[in-house]
Amino acid sequence: MKPSSLTLRRSIDIFIKVLSIVASLVGIVFLIWILWDVVTKGITALDINFFTKRTGPFTIADTGMANAIVGTLYITLLATVIGVPIGLLGGIYLSEFGRNHPVSTVVRFFANILMGTPSILIGIFVYAVIVLPMSGFSGFSGGVALAIIMLPVVVRTTEDILILVPNELRESALALGSPHWKMITQIVFRAARAGLITGVILAIARVSGETAPLLFTAFNNSHFTYYDAESPLRYIYDMSKPTANLTVTIFNYAMTPYEQWQKQAWAGSLLITGAILVISVIARAFFSGGKTRRG
Amino acid sequence: MDETTTKARTNKADLFFNGLTLVCAIAVILVMLAIGIELFRNSTLSMQEFGWKFLTDRSWNPVLKEFGAASSIYGTIVSTIIAMLIAAPMGIIIALFLVELSHPIVSKIVGSAIELLAAIPSIIFGMWGLFVFVPIMQTKVEPWLQSTLGFLPLFQGIIMGVDFLTAGIILALMILPFVTAVTRDVLNMVPPVLKEAGYGTGATMWEVLKHISIPYGVRGIVGAMFLGLGRAIGETMAVTFVIGNSHEISSSLFSSGNSIASTIALEFGEALNDPLFKSVLIQLGLILFLITFIFQLIAQLWIRQLKKHERS
Repeated sequence: MKPSSLTLRRSIDIFIKVLSIVASLVGIVFLIWILWDVVTKGITALDINFFTKRTGPFTIADTGMANAIVGTLYITLLATVIGVPIGLLGGIYLSEFGRNHPVSTVVRFFANILMGTPSILIGIFVYAVIVLPMSGFSGFSGGVALAIIMLPVVVRTTEDILILVPNELRESALALGSPHWKMITQIVFRAARAGLITGVILAIARVSGETAPLLFTAFNNSHFTYYDAESPLRYIYDMSKPTANLTVTIFNYAMTPYEQWQKQAWAGSLLITGAILVISVIARAFFSGGKTRRG
Repeated sequence: MDETTTKARTNKADLFFNGLTLVCAIAVILVMLAIGIELFRNSTLSMQEFGWKFLTDRSWNPVLKEFGAASSIYGTIVSTIIAMLIAAPMGIIIALFLVELSHPIVSKIVGSAIELLAAIPSIIFGMWGLFVFVPIMQTKVEPWLQSTLGFLPLFQGIIMGVDFLTAGIILALMILPFVTAVTRDVLNMVPPVLKEAGYGTGATMWEVLKHISIPYGVRGIVGAMFLGLGRAIGETMAVTFVIGNSHEISSSLFSSGNSIASTIALEFGEALNDPLFKSVLIQLGLILFLITFIFQLIAQLWIRQLKKHERS
């Protein structure tokens, strides 16, 4: 180390300390600033119409995003139904059956790379393999795109959490004559329940805010894609048609110069951001609660 | 007799379950490969038409069917570099605050606040950037930069607000939580004994960080940077709003441009009925795929090496 005066070393140290406090403040200021704008700008258009009326031309005052809200729920639900079971089972393989198998190393490797793949490319991929052959945008393809984004996250989270379960639990179950599948689904899963639920919820929250993969898959639609309002099946959404969703509607609205639409885009932002933040915070709290109970 | 059948059934069930989980695990590999293959297959038209010069061609005219990737690649690189120049040092220094300086409770609160930033959807960053941040950049920050540093080509030209600099700053905000979290974990892993030894010799906190903590965790921090870089390169919605979407290459950070992802997001809709245009955009996607793949690959190998290093 170069010899330098104590005052100089101390001043550098104080300078760095101040800098690190300032940098942290800057990070927090931006967080509060963004949230503040989303809340104050969004709250003005977040009325009852927003939840009950469907999207429409900017010239009509009482339009809302009801169809987009329902569409987002459906697409996210579909993504969950596809992505979570496959992800859980894949994670089980990595943690239980093939922990040290070469296949697992490759799977982990590809899962990490898939997690880092830009989501818009997954949109193009689903466009090429589902939208083109089915000759049309569909809510279904949007759900598949989100499921692909969710898959590696659920696989890795499941593995990370199952590995924490002590081996003694597995051994005692097997010693009692339980088959592997029973040991995993009834013993290991139960021990890891809090962590698994948290991981899955965080993965769902994360994909529900995605926009890019839905641009060329679910696309958008200013109508509810019900089969028929008269039919008893009317609560089944027609996922084979272009499906309105919050994020793409926000994108389309925000890019226009029309004030009415921009306002609604802010309201949509408030809804989706609020939902994601609340769900994430609750999920985290649940996990830490689970941990303290166990420990 | 009865016992053996139960046993056989159990084995069969286990075999089935084992196979099922294996198939699901392998699905990850198959999806990843399929993405690469499909992007390649769907960009053949563009490859045949333009060949390798696509990578260096600056033209972009959907009407005349002249396409080149140069401006998109340039914009992607410039916005990513700005984002990394801001997010990397800031992430390290915030991690320093969280690990060394602050009270554990403060550290927990600030840490969770930064992590919350990561939960905000990217479209919100984009929209907020366009409606709130761009006007500030346009009327306050950029005129000030131009008047003080205007002699540099970086800060010349007409100030629009939607440009590389704004895009880079918004990107930096988006990857900051990620870089901070990983660096914090790395700094937390430095053995206290090493740091105490440093303090014992009379070193200041900064000296301990510079000479002990960072060298100890340098490989992990570099890995974190690579992962952050991979995210910044492919980020779509936030950049699309604030980069300006022009197909020009300019040395000025105040000039509007485009990134690969923003061009795909904005122009794919127009290209649906034009096979060549669509193929061009998918080829841009293929380029983005290869770039992120390589960065992720390097990061993965680097981190694997790191883990081996730690074990030995």
